[in-house]
Amino acid sequence: MTGVNFHGIWAIYKFEMARTLRTLWQSVVTPVITTSLYFIVFGGAIGSRIDSIGSVNYGSFLVPGLIMLSLLTQSIANASIGIYFPKFTGTVFELLSAPISAVEMVIGFVGAAATKSIVIGLIILITSAFFVPLRIDHPAAMLAFLVLTSVTFSMFGFIIGIWAKGFEQLNIVPALLVTPLTFLGGAFYSIDMLPEPWRTVSLFNPVVYLVSGFRWSFFGQGDVSIGWSLGVTGLFLLLCLGLIIAIFRTGYRLKN
Amino acid sequence: MQSILSVSQVSKTYGSGHKALDHVDLEIRRGEIFALLGPNGAGKTTLISIICGIVTPSTGTILVDGHDAIRHPREARSRIGLVPQEIAVDMFSTVASTMRFSRGLFGKKPDQAYLDQVLKDLSLWDKRDAKIMELSGGMKRRVMIAKALSHQPEILFLDEPTAGVDVSLRRDMWKMIGKLREQGTTIILTTHYIEEAEEMADRVGVINKGQLLLVEEKAVLMKKLGKREMDIALVEPMTAVPVELNEWHLSLEDEGHRLRYVFDAQAERTGIPSLLRKLADLGIGFKDLDTSKSSLEDIFVDLVEHKEASNEGAVA
Repeated sequence: MTGVNFHGIWAIYKFEMARTLRTLWQSVVTPVITTSLYFIVFGGAIGSRIDSIGSVNYGSFLVPGLIMLSLLTQSIANASIGIYFPKFTGTVFELLSAPISAVEMVIGFVGAAATKSIVIGLIILITSAFFVPLRIDHPAAMLAFLVLTSVTFSMFGFIIGIWAKGFEQLNIVPALLVTPLTFLGGAFYSIDMLPEPWRTVSLFNPVVYLVSGFRWSFFGQGDVSIGWSLGVTGLFLLLCLGLIIAIFRTGYRLKN
Repeated sequence: MQSILSVSQVSKTYGSGHKALDHVDLEIRRGEIFALLGPNGAGKTTLISIICGIVTPSTGTILVDGHDAIRHPREARSRIGLVPQEIAVDMFSTVASTMRFSRGLFGKKPDQAYLDQVLKDLSLWDKRDAKIMELSGGMKRRVMIAKALSHQPEILFLDEPTAGVDVSLRRDMWKMIGKLREQGTTIILTTHYIEEAEEMADRVGVINKGQLLLVEEKAVLMKKLGKREMDIALVEPMTAVPVELNEWHLSLEDEGHRLRYVFDAQAERTGIPSLLRKLADLGIGFKDLDTSKSSLEDIFVDLVEHKEASNEGAVA
């Protein structure tokens, strides 16, 4: 067998997407309900008492941050469980013994996880239109950020799934690192609202750049420049890619 | 006959320092059934896992149909199907969908007609739309075989294929393995059931403590190493073997009711006529004679024990 194993990539992608359909309620409906609750609480109850941020009312301002919050958590969760579960059940032997390269395997798993996240992001976007007035100044950039963030954090989730030795470790990074960074990364506020030194400290949080870039694609305004947002997101993508290549080269936590 | 699999100087030392394989050399002939025998922890599964790409060898080379399994894993792996010891399959998938997944994973384009035939051959046709979690243990094991066959491998590894399977299903699997061989598939199986190797294998390899002790044609092995036993049923039981019979090294069995004589069937002189004459001279009456040949299991146990004894001797 020579060339790219397209059948193998498609088999993994289809299997992972079928898993989503089997757990449709958990995979799609739960994040939609959770996000709607955010809109009701932060957008409706609390947001009505907050002034506009720049030229954007607070309810609309929340939309990119909430989508980004879901993208990060869903991408990590989907990709990490996708590779961790075969390790846990022992079915990983089939992946390791198949004529499929590391890159092809990653395309299958990460592609499926990113697809799910993008679908969820779009569903949240549509849901939000029922709660707040929406405008998207740069739709192509919005879609590009949606895809880039989903792929990057699906790769990050894939790494966590390989690293994790148990379900506790599987949840520890998203719960103790990603969610706090997202909450502190300007999902619900502009970092310009923070006093110094917290504003400067926030600039070391990579999620700030993701949220800011995504928000720029909606309203043409962000906490940092679009160049910085793209640069940091691209850098994180390359870092994840490098780690995955190293994992497959060394067989880290996959092979004895 | 041409080799389809060539294992050369393969060793494996795990991170813990445990040496699972020690410079193993093995040639597998195209189209044969090869049985790898060995006690628990002998290195059977490690060897299979290395060939299939699941475990990385410390040293050595593996050629699968001429393709280096480490440098060109894609070409090598596409020719191999593996049925692991444990039932490891996504329990939420249906039988048919998990087979389609395996075929796709190994880079083969869809061929429902072929998969349907495999389902029928393995008596899984009626269960094709059932979720795997709903199947019995025996059926799940068939699904594992169906998955391994779904990409039409030239070499099929069966790691303890009938462990925990009832006698009837075991017989069915033996028939199925025979049929695969007729179709040209090379089969390598590890087993604890010596009768399985005795029933099916063309050649037998014995591995213990990471070392391949021997590889031999099954028939030649049984002929070469096979011993025969003769049980002599006595008219009157005895408490000890008379000293006059010492040269035959007899043992007393069944609370003194039987004398057992172990002899080499291939030897020019078996010693049986002289033994019977001596018994008559001593007035020891017997009412029955029963001879039996040693099984592959006896040979295997002898080999492993002999090797262990010689190793202990070397250490001492």
